[in-house]
Amino acid sequence: MLAFLPTLAIFAWVRIYPITETLRLSLHKWDILSKNKPFIGLDNFRELFHDRLFLDALVNTSIIAFGVLAVTIPLAITIAALIHHRTASRFSGFYETAVFIPHVVSLVPAAMAWKWIFDAKLGPLNALLQYFGVPAQPWLFDPVLSVICIIVLCSWQALGYAVLIYLVGFKSLPVSLFEAAKLDGAGGIQRFWYVSIPLLKPITLYVSVVTLISGFNVYAQAFVLASDSQGAPGRLVRVLVLDMLENSFRNYRVGYAASEAVVLLAIVLVLTLIQFGLLREKGRA
Amino acid sequence: MTAVDATGKVSVSAAEEIPARERLINLAIDVFLFAFSLLMILPLVFLVSNAFKTPQELLAWPPTIIPAEPTVENFRAVLADTPLARWIFNSLTFAVLSTLSIVATSAISGYVLAKFRFRTLSVIFVIILATAIVPFEVYMIPLYFQAQALGILNSTWGLLLGYLVMSFGIFLIRQNVMHSIPDELLEAARIDGAGEFWIFWAIVLPLLRGALGALAVLAFFQAWTAFAWPMIVTTTRETYTIEVGLALFQTGFTVDLGRLSAASATVLIPSITLFVILRRNFVQSVAATGLKE
Repeated sequence: MLAFLPTLAIFAWVRIYPITETLRLSLHKWDILSKNKPFIGLDNFRELFHDRLFLDALVNTSIIAFGVLAVTIPLAITIAALIHHRTASRFSGFYETAVFIPHVVSLVPAAMAWKWIFDAKLGPLNALLQYFGVPAQPWLFDPVLSVICIIVLCSWQALGYAVLIYLVGFKSLPVSLFEAAKLDGAGGIQRFWYVSIPLLKPITLYVSVVTLISGFNVYAQAFVLASDSQGAPGRLVRVLVLDMLENSFRNYRVGYAASEAVVLLAIVLVLTLIQFGLLREKGRA
Repeated sequence: MTAVDATGKVSVSAAEEIPARERLINLAIDVFLFAFSLLMILPLVFLVSNAFKTPQELLAWPPTIIPAEPTVENFRAVLADTPLARWIFNSLTFAVLSTLSIVATSAISGYVLAKFRFRTLSVIFVIILATAIVPFEVYMIPLYFQAQALGILNSTWGLLLGYLVMSFGIFLIRQNVMHSIPDELLEAARIDGAGEFWIFWAIVLPLLRGALGALAVLAFFQAWTAFAWPMIVTTTRETYTIEVGLALFQTGFTVDLGRLSAASATVLIPSITLFVILRRNFVQSVAATGLKE
C-alpha cells in the first residue's frame, strides 16, 4: 500500500502539475524574460483567433487529421476484412506484420524514406509520373502538395494500428450471424457491408478518434518532410505543435503558447466526448 | 486462437459448396494482399537498399532494389560525420530506463488500484484515467521548465522526466489484476501469514508477467520513437537522441541522400529486427489498447 505513494508523487509531479500549469499559464502573460506574470484572463485566446500563423496552423492540422482519417478508416476496414477472410492462409502472418511495421519503425528514418520518394529531382514518384507522361511535381515545395505528402506519410503509419484493432474486432464478431446471412443468400460483399460494418461501429468510432487525436498532434512528420534544404524546419506546413513550440522557445511567449496547448486540449476533449456520447447512445438504442 | 480455427472451418465448408469460384476469389485476395503488403514495406526496403548504393546508382531509373555495386562508403561517411553511435546509445539508455520506470510504477499502482478499495483510490484512478486523454504535447512546455529548474536539461534524466509514468500502463495492469488475480488467492496468502510485500513480489508479479512484458515492449518503443520532447530537452549534439539527431542532420544542406539512408538504415534495421522478434508481445499490447471501451 505505502509503496504506492512514491508512484503517486511522481505522477502528480510529472503529469498533474504540468497540466494544471498549462491551464494556469494560458491565462497569464509570461514572456520568460519578464519577472512578473500578470493575469490577463482570456486575452491570449482572443489574440490567438486573430493570429494568422496560428489560424494557418489550425487549418493545416485539421486538414491533415481529417485527411488521414478519410484515407485510413476505409482502407483499414477493407484490408482487415480481407486478412481476416484469409486467416487460414499461409501468408496471413506476413500480411499482418508488413502492414504493421510502418506503425512501429522510428518516425524520422521512415519519414526520410518518404522524403526520397517525394523528392522533386531524385524521387521515384516523379520519375514514375514522367514515365506516364505526367509532368514532375514539386511535392515537398508546394504548400498544397506537401500537405498531401504529410497525409500520405501519416496514413501509412496509422494504417497498421487501425488494421490491428479491426482484426481484433473481426475475431470477436459472432460467427453464427455470418452463417445466417449466408443461408439467406448474402454474398461476401453484402455480408461485409450489411453485417460486419454495422457490428464494427464501436470499433470504427474508437479507431477514428484515436487517429484524429494523433493527427492533431502531428509534428515530427511535418518537421522532417516539409523542412527545406536551407534548414528552415517546417516553415512550409505549419502545424499546431510546431507553432506552439515556436512561440514558446523562439518568441519566448510561454503564456501564449500555453493557450495554444489549451486549444489543442479542447479539441482532443471534444473528440473524446463525442466518442463517449455516440457510444452511450448506441448502448441505449 | 479458437476464433481463428472457427473461421478457418467456415471457409473450408464454403469451399466445398462452390470450390472453383471460391478458390479463385481467395487467390485474387491473396494476390491483392500480397501486393499491398509489399507496397507497405517498399519505402523501407528502398531506404535500406539506398544506403548501400553509390551516388551514381542512386540516380538510376528505375531504382534498383539490390544495389549493383554494394558499398559501405555511406556508412563510413556517416559515422565520421556524426556521433551516430552516441545518439543510439542515448536513445537506448533513455528507452531502457523509461521502460523500467513505467513497468515498476504501473505494476505497483495497477495492483493497488485493483485490489484495495477505498474511496480516495477510486478518485485517484479517475484522475489517472482523465490524464490519459491529455496529449503529451499539451503539457510539455511547463514540464520543460520543471526540467530546467532541476538543471537536468541535456541529460538522460531530463529526457526521462517526461517518460517516468504511463497512465495507460497503470490502467492496463489494473484491468489485468482484476481479471487474472482472484481475491481468494490473496486472502489465502494473508491467512497463511504472508506480508503484503511478499504477496506482491511472489504471487502478483509472476501472474502479471505477460501483461508486464507487453507493457514493457510498448514503453520501450514509445521512448525509442519519441520526438517532440527530446527535441526541446536536448540542445547539444552529444545529448541528442537518435530521432532528433537524424532529423536535424537531414536539415543540413551538405547532406546527401546516400548518407541519410545509411544513417536511417542503421537505426531501422535493429528496431525492425526487435519488432519481428517481439511481434506477439507487441500485437498483444496494442490490441489491448483497443479493448479500452
